[in-house]
Parts: sequence; C-alpha cells; structure tokens
Amino acid sequence: MNNRLIHWFKFASPQSFYPLAGKMIPWFWGLAAIFFVAGLYIGFFVAPTDFQQGEGYRIIFVHVPAAWMSMFIYLVMAFWAGLGLALNTRLSSMMAQALAPTGAIMAFLSLWTGAWWGKPMWGAWWVWDARLTSALILFFLYIGFIALQAAIDDARRADKAGAILALVGVVNVPIIYFSVQWWNTLHQGASVSLTRAPTMATTMLWGMLIMALAFWMYSIAVALMRVRAIILEREAHTEWVKELPEVKN
Amino acid sequence: MNAAIAVIRRDLLLAMRRKSEVMTALFFFIIVVSLFPLGIGPEPVLLKKIAPGILWVAALLATMLGLARLFAPDHADGTLEQMALSPTPMGVLIAGKIAAHWITTGLPLVLLAPVLGIQFDLDGAALGILVVALLLGTPLLSLIGAIGAALTLGLRGGGVLLSLLVLPLYVPTLIFGAGAVEMVVSGMSAAGHLSLLAAMLALALFFAPWATTAALRIALE
Repeated sequence: MNNRLIHWFKFASPQSFYPLAGKMIPWFWGLAAIFFVAGLYIGFFVAPTDFQQGEGYRIIFVHVPAAWMSMFIYLVMAFWAGLGLALNTRLSSMMAQALAPTGAIMAFLSLWTGAWWGKPMWGAWWVWDARLTSALILFFLYIGFIALQAAIDDARRADKAGAILALVGVVNVPIIYFSVQWWNTLHQGASVSLTRAPTMATTMLWGMLIMALAFWMYSIAVALMRVRAIILEREAHTEWVKELPEVKN
Repeated sequence: MNAAIAVIRRDLLLAMRRKSEVMTALFFFIIVVSLFPLGIGPEPVLLKKIAPGILWVAALLATMLGLARLFAPDHADGTLEQMALSPTPMGVLIAGKIAAHWITTGLPLVLLAPVLGIQFDLDGAALGILVVALLLGTPLLSLIGAIGAALTLGLRGGGVLLSLLVLPLYVPTLIFGAGAVEMVVSGMSAAGHLSLLAAMLALALFFAPWATTAALRIALE
C-alpha cells in the first residue's frame, strides 16, 4: 500500500515530472498535428455545404472546439489550483498557472471566431446573446487570474491566492452562466438562437469532434511546455536543474 | 459574536473619525448617476427605462471604491496580524469588518438611491423594490468584494487589479438587482429576482468570510 502511494506521487515532484513531460510533449504535438490535418480536411473538403448557412458555417470547426476548451480548461485549472492549495504540492499550482494562458487564448479565439461567424450569419459582429456574454465574462475571469498571479512576486503566495480566486470563480461560473441566460431571455426574445441549429450532418459532427481532439492535444502539449518552463524558472536554484544538459550549455 | 460586534463598533468609530472617506464614496455614487443623463440625453422615457441599470452600476462602482481600504490600514499597523493570532476565530472578526464596510458604504447607498431614482421618474413601487433589491444586493457586493480585497492586499496596483477580479463576479448581482426593478417598471412581479438575490446573499454570507479569511492568511504569511 505504502509502495503504491509513493509510486503514485512520484511524478508530483517537479524533478521527476520535468523529464516525463519532456518525453510526452512530442507525442501530444504529433497527435495534435494528425488530428488537425484530419479534422481540417473533413471540415473543408468532406463536410457538405450547409444549405442555410452556406460555406461560412465551416468556422464552426474552430469555434466550437475552442469554446469547449475554454470552459473545460477553467475547470481543470481550478482543479489543479485547489489540489495545490489542499495538498501543498508545488507542481499542481504550476500546472494551474501553465493552463491559464491557454484557457484565455481559447476563450479569446471562441469570441473572435464567433464574431467572424456572426457577421455573415446574423449581420452583426456582436450580439448580447447569453452564450457570447458568458464567454466574455469567462475571458475576464481568466485575465483576472493571470493578472493576480503576475502581480504577486512571491511564487508561493501567487499560487495560493490564484487558487482561491480560481475556486471562487468555479463556484461563480454556473451562477454567472444561468443569470446571464435568464437576463437574456428577459430582455429580448431569442432573436438569435444557437440551440435551434438544424440537425448536423454526421460528417460535420465528426469533423468537429476530431477538431476538438486536436485542440485537446494542442492544449496539453502547450501546457506541458509551459509547465516545464515554469519548473526551470522556479527551481533554478536547485542542483538537478543546474545538472540538466539544456541548462548547462 | 461579541467579538464581531466589537470589530463593527471599532470600524464604525474609525469611519466616523474620518468622515471624508465615507462621503467620497457617496458623492461618487451621486456624480456617476448624474453623469448618465448628461451623456445620453434628457429624454424621460429612455432615462426611466435605463434608470435601474444606471443606479446599480453606480452602486457597484461606489462599493468598489471603499474595498481597497477595507484591509489595508489594518494590515499596515499590524491589527490584522493580531486578529489572526486572537483566540476568536478570524472568520468571525472578518465578518465583522465586512459588516462594518457594508454599513459605511452599502447602507448609505440604499438610503440615497430612492432620491436619485426620483430624478429618473421611477414611481413608488419601483422605488420600493429598488430599496429592497439594494438592501439584499449591497451586502453581497461587500462580501464578494472582501475576497478580492484580501487577495490583492499589499500588491502593486492593487486597486486596479481589485476591480479586474471583482467586477466579473458582480455580474449576477447586477443582473438580478437591476432586473428586479425592471420587472416592476414593466408591471410584473419581482419576487423571483429578489428570491435569487436573497439566495446568493445566504450563500455568500456563509462562504465569503471564510474565503476572505483564507486569502488574508495567505497575505499575512
């Protein structure tokens, strides 16, 4: 039992995680590349033209996965941050810090592509739709998290303060989401509804799912690369970092 | 409980010794509300329609003003450390501080809002709901804001950062607070909105002092 515990926590130490992450990164990049090529091929060449939205709908293959990732990464980030706060494991907090910029980029990308989609479809770059608004607020939450961590010089305090903020945010995300949805239905009739979209052709769905996988792989690869950089930065004083071949040269 | 009351009394006493801080936030509220008609135009119909939103946004911003000073003086003179060391649970003392913050910034806004509402031609029923909604909502603003104040305690550019952290979390309060008044203006019942505000207040009353205390302990380390 004791043995297993030690084994389980082995990679919780930055020293043993650093090389492991280094080994995993190329695999995730490779998978991301494969899925991106496959997903984009399906998206642009295989999937049929939508009879209502024309060719413009194809932005969905980037837009929807980005939106999914932006929401999911916030949960993962809060999970790691909370774990770091509860168990005092340094690597968990580093993981949370590494995920935040990717999540923010995903949120931004979903907003940006949403605007590009909105212009031809709805005739407006932006409407105060419930989903758009909650995505915007999610983006603000990411920015707040990053800004708070950047403002605190002491890494340990930054970790813990960020963790509390992320946890408060996670409690608030559903409240914000539902309040915005209700606000929207009160103020204007559903002039624009994303939920009434015509049933999707199977190839479109496949393309979107494969693109979602590609975004997953990309996010993991980038987060691992960033966590390696954070480890190097924070553990720069240790012997094992000084012994690393890439640091020595 | 006694300890919390002692903290409230102390903070109120301090606020009364320096009335200007309380008054600044109050006049900020009045000025912001008065700026909107100047920016939008004097049409009564339009102004009446957007009055709840204006009053609420101004209340949000006015509450933010006091937040940066919520823990900073106590942090500077070591009172906060004594609170952390005291045998009374720190959460109780912090709850007292938050209550005092609400009494000095939130409560005056609640009392003043109907007067400003008259400027926007809101009728009696709407003004009543405005007061009730603010009565439920402003403590919520103080409670959520305290978490942000504790997180940014002693940081460079803490004030701006504070607003970045706290304002997105204020969104539900704003929606339901302003929504309650709007419902009455358009002739419907505000009960649903007020219940939700009260529910969020109950949640925040329980969790926010606790999260604030955790954040303060991190800042004091």
